Amino acid sequence: MHPAISVIFFTVTSGAGFGFLALIGLGVPLPADGIGAFVAAVIAGGLCVAGLVSSTFHLGHPERAWRAFSQWRSSWLSREGVCAVFTLILFGLYALNWVFFGERNYLLGLLVTLGSLATVFTTAMIYAQLKTVPSWNTLLTPVCYMLFALGSGVLLAASFGFWQSSGGMTVKFIALFAIAIAWSAKFLWWQAATGNTLEGRGSTPETATGLGSIGKVRLLEKPHSGENYLTKEMVHQVGRKHAAKLRTLAVLFGAGVPILLCLLIFVSGMPSYVLALAFISWMLGLFAERWLFFAEAKHAVSLYY
Amino acid sequence: MTSLPSETTGKKLGLVIDLDTCVGCHACVVNCKEWNTGGYGAPLSDLDAYGADPVGSWLNRIHTFEVTPDDAPAQIVHFPKSCLHCDNAPCVTVCPTGASYKRGEDGIVLVDESMCIGCGLCAWACPYGAREMDPVENVMKKCTLCVDRIYNDNLPEEDQIPACVRTCPAEARHFGDLGDPNSDISKLVEERGGIDLMPEQGTKPVNKYLPPRPKTRPVAEPEPKRSKTLDAKGFLGWIDKTLEKL
Repeated sequence: MHPAISVIFFTVTSGAGFGFLALIGLGVPLPADGIGAFVAAVIAGGLCVAGLVSSTFHLGHPERAWRAFSQWRSSWLSREGVCAVFTLILFGLYALNWVFFGERNYLLGLLVTLGSLATVFTTAMIYAQLKTVPSWNTLLTPVCYMLFALGSGVLLAASFGFWQSSGGMTVKFIALFAIAIAWSAKFLWWQAATGNTLEGRGSTPETATGLGSIGKVRLLEKPHSGENYLTKEMVHQVGRKHAAKLRTLAVLFGAGVPILLCLLIFVSGMPSYVLALAFISWMLGLFAERWLFFAEAKHAVSLYY
Repeated sequence: MTSLPSETTGKKLGLVIDLDTCVGCHACVVNCKEWNTGGYGAPLSDLDAYGADPVGSWLNRIHTFEVTPDDAPAQIVHFPKSCLHCDNAPCVTVCPTGASYKRGEDGIVLVDESMCIGCGLCAWACPYGAREMDPVENVMKKCTLCVDRIYNDNLPEEDQIPACVRTCPAEARHFGDLGDPNSDISKLVEERGGIDLMPEQGTKPVNKYLPPRPKTRPVAEPEPKRSKTLDAKGFLGWIDKTLEKL
């Protein structure tokens, strides 16, 4: 599949934003003063909104985007839009209360957390629902998206330095575990992807053409001399060229560097806000991971080309 | 609207494509583009049409495949492909705006272009590559089964069929109601063993493909007997060849 920059930026950035929202809603310790609360709320909301705005860049008609709120009964994309807007409205109320009155409403926070998790889940289901792309068509896809979002949220929340420990565990280890669990899920996803192939699902050029009863099928001539929308969008090849290198970079920046920083902070006693560096590296890793998510995905229509 | 129709008439209009007779002339492709660029919805645009890198939206395209049996030479099959108007159309249910819909009255899958936001998700959901984004209008284009011809009383009766069917010089394309087991087209499918493309995708396509009829295979000719003296050279060879000619 064609790795559209706008969609990669959308899923990573708004995933991080909603992951942070989920933790804020749970009431993890963050600045209580007006300015500190404002900064935290703007970072969280800003990441969500930046991602959502970016997602409209890949639309042919962004001015009609409001129509996407109508089909929530049947469409995951529509559900994602509805969940995102509802959650952001709830978070707006929560943030106003927090910034101006210094109060973090428990019930409203819980709704924000649930809404954020639902938003990331629906985002992932846009891809996971597609039978045409077997590597995406697994429950592990929403699991990875949600764990990456929560990992982003933990790193961001811990970077503020107010959250020192929870349940007797220091926040550096909570961050370390969040990173490790998210990447373990991704390794499982990569493992599953080797079996979740078109061939694994029984789709071959023979079933695509129905000519398998005669013999082995091979494309002799494309329908046209140049490219078309389908070959550009779904039979994309360029992105796969450096897949192995990109996977190494994704794991290095997304898991290796942040885990080392967590350990370094623990050993050296550096302040928690150094974790902001871990967050930046983690995001770089996630951009590479998401690029591969699209670029390596093989679509059923490729069987015709 | 984006859900599949809950009430249907049982009518399933669609195409049957005969892979045995298709000659791969692309006349259906051209007539489809010609009709649909002036008919339903926005024109089907082309960019750089006469340049080095032309690209455009088409509703029907012809691939050519080489099929090689285990025990015989390869054969060529021309393969026209357009929307199959699936009963269980995944392109309809993924649409966030309700622009993509399947009609209950005749099963045709259409796009209301004024509601399409051009997100492209329906094209991702289709395993057949039946939908293409128009590069100028930025809305999703697909086969309408010439909905503006088949019910159009202003056209002579023989023209009230899809443009691709009307133009096919090999009569490889047939149009009719595949929901009616007694229709000519359903009988044709029955008689020729019509097949679904990628049935494992669970889309339940309405359009059917008629596989090529089995080839008559040439009886293998016996190996010609090699003369034992063929390799003789020099004087003896000359004698051998000369005596052979007598």
